[in-house]
Amino acid sequence: MLQYVAQRLLQAIIAIFGVLTIVFVVMHLSGDPTLLLVPQDASAEMIAQLRSQLGFDRPIGVQYLDYLGGLAHLDFGDSIVQRVPALDIVLSRLPYTIQLAAGALVVAIGLGIPAGILMATNRGGMIARILSAVVVTGQSVPTFLSGILLIFIFGVTLRWLPTSGSGSLAAMIMPSIALGALSMSTFARMTRISIIDELGKDYVRAGRARGLSMAQVVVRHVLRNASIPVITIAALEIGNLLAGAVIIETVFAWPGIGQLAIQSIQSRDFLVVQVIVLLISFVYVLTSVLADLVYVAVDPRIRLVR
Amino acid sequence: MNGRIQAFRRRTARLPVSVIIFSTILALIVILAILAPYIAPFDPNKQALLARLKPPGFAYRGDTFWLGTDDLGRDLLTRTLYGAGVSLGVAVLSVVVSSLVGVSLGMLAGWFRGWTETIIMRIVDIVMSIPAILLAVLTVAVLGPGFLKLVLVLGLTRWPRYTRVAYAQTLQVANLPFIKASELSGAGAARILFHHILPNIAGPILVVATAEFGLMILMESGLSFLGLGIQPPSASWGSIMSIGRQYIERAWWIVLVPGACLFLLVFSVNVLGDWLRDQLDPRSRSR
Repeated sequence: MLQYVAQRLLQAIIAIFGVLTIVFVVMHLSGDPTLLLVPQDASAEMIAQLRSQLGFDRPIGVQYLDYLGGLAHLDFGDSIVQRVPALDIVLSRLPYTIQLAAGALVVAIGLGIPAGILMATNRGGMIARILSAVVVTGQSVPTFLSGILLIFIFGVTLRWLPTSGSGSLAAMIMPSIALGALSMSTFARMTRISIIDELGKDYVRAGRARGLSMAQVVVRHVLRNASIPVITIAALEIGNLLAGAVIIETVFAWPGIGQLAIQSIQSRDFLVVQVIVLLISFVYVLTSVLADLVYVAVDPRIRLVR
Repeated sequence: MNGRIQAFRRRTARLPVSVIIFSTILALIVILAILAPYIAPFDPNKQALLARLKPPGFAYRGDTFWLGTDDLGRDLLTRTLYGAGVSLGVAVLSVVVSSLVGVSLGMLAGWFRGWTETIIMRIVDIVMSIPAILLAVLTVAVLGPGFLKLVLVLGLTRWPRYTRVAYAQTLQVANLPFIKASELSGAGAARILFHHILPNIAGPILVVATAEFGLMILMESGLSFLGLGIQPPSASWGSIMSIGRQYIERAWWIVLVPGACLFLLVFSVNVLGDWLRDQLDPRSRSR
């Protein structure tokens, strides 16, 4: 058990290290990262000055070590535009994105899991067919399309909900639905598949043979066992929702890190973009480790096998 | 004539109606995209500044704009037709790039095992821990926009899923007797991988490719919507919609026309992908 935890943590550390390396490589893909950080009309002297100031004129290996060393001290560099640490800017916007991702997760779980249960217990029936069409729809609508349509219908035409901004629960409804739709489909699919897998097992038949109704078997036994794969999905979806915020926050003018990422690309403030990519990737790695550990903790069968 | 229809229906009787409908829609979109230069009523960049933001069916100086016009008075039908080619082109090419990279690496890892396997599969884990849309946004922003760059970025961010599937499948197939026989009769690794293993793992890879194709269409349109993908004056569905978003109160059709096409295309691909997976995966069949 302890060995498994240690092994999984080691894997996570390697993954984070790899993410740092990939982001470093991508930032250097254009040849000279200085050019990413200066205005397009900057003079040659200005570029040269900034290049030596930021150390981009040193050998690439030295730059890489320096980059890792800086990150170890949580030094992600300063925003070129605002001249304050990039990390501070990102952290000041992060609460908005967390709020939005939480709203989307509530939508995704609240609708996705019941839909999955209905689809699994009603196989081949009318409800299951309608729901599976809804699920494929959720998977096929780009978030920005559903976002704009929601704005058009409930914001512009009916005037029920604010079309942009943050700060009220009403303002959260539309972005949460638009962002959560894809996750909702994922939850519905995973719930359905894992319940169907469980329904084929012997304990279900044994329960039925002892006189339990199907509903009793499902609620008392099947759901508990089927919940385990769904926990893993929930963890991975948190990372996906944060990443999806890049698009949906732009549509709704939501002041989180997604909107910040796009604004920073437009103002060529790449160190801020870098922090955002690193931050979301870390969350992704950490949540998947947590999911695996929770998995082991809640399911005694997994511990026995190991 | 009726007999022919019946004969056709008999031959396709095993296909669900939904599969027939959505593969027809998919084929129709592909054909329209290819024929765009020949059937589009206007030049995609021809502006008519007196006919800006006009609704579908608007007629002006003898021209009829069947699906309305955009903010520069360009014909929306024409631009949507041309945009189909761009969106499909990026998606098809990036699926080709990512599947070539992903499948080759997966087969190598599954065949050679040892260090090759460890390194390749570790890299897969790492790339998969950066959400694809973020990696694509960062890379496109660094490299600058362009059709080919977009294809490469999408292709090189989304290969790991193929690697996982190709790896797992190769492990299974590599132990089958006919592979051992081929190895004993002196076939090299390249011959075994491409002649014997690849055809046997093609099914599951096709399933991944279909799902990825839908995702690539969504990613391309998302990037273009953010202004990071296809650049004006070229049209892609995502970039048309990002213009339409600014005029949603006065001209909803600019978003709705390409948006409906995008949805229909991805929906069709997803329905076909689900069906394909059910056919190949006995575990999920008839569910």
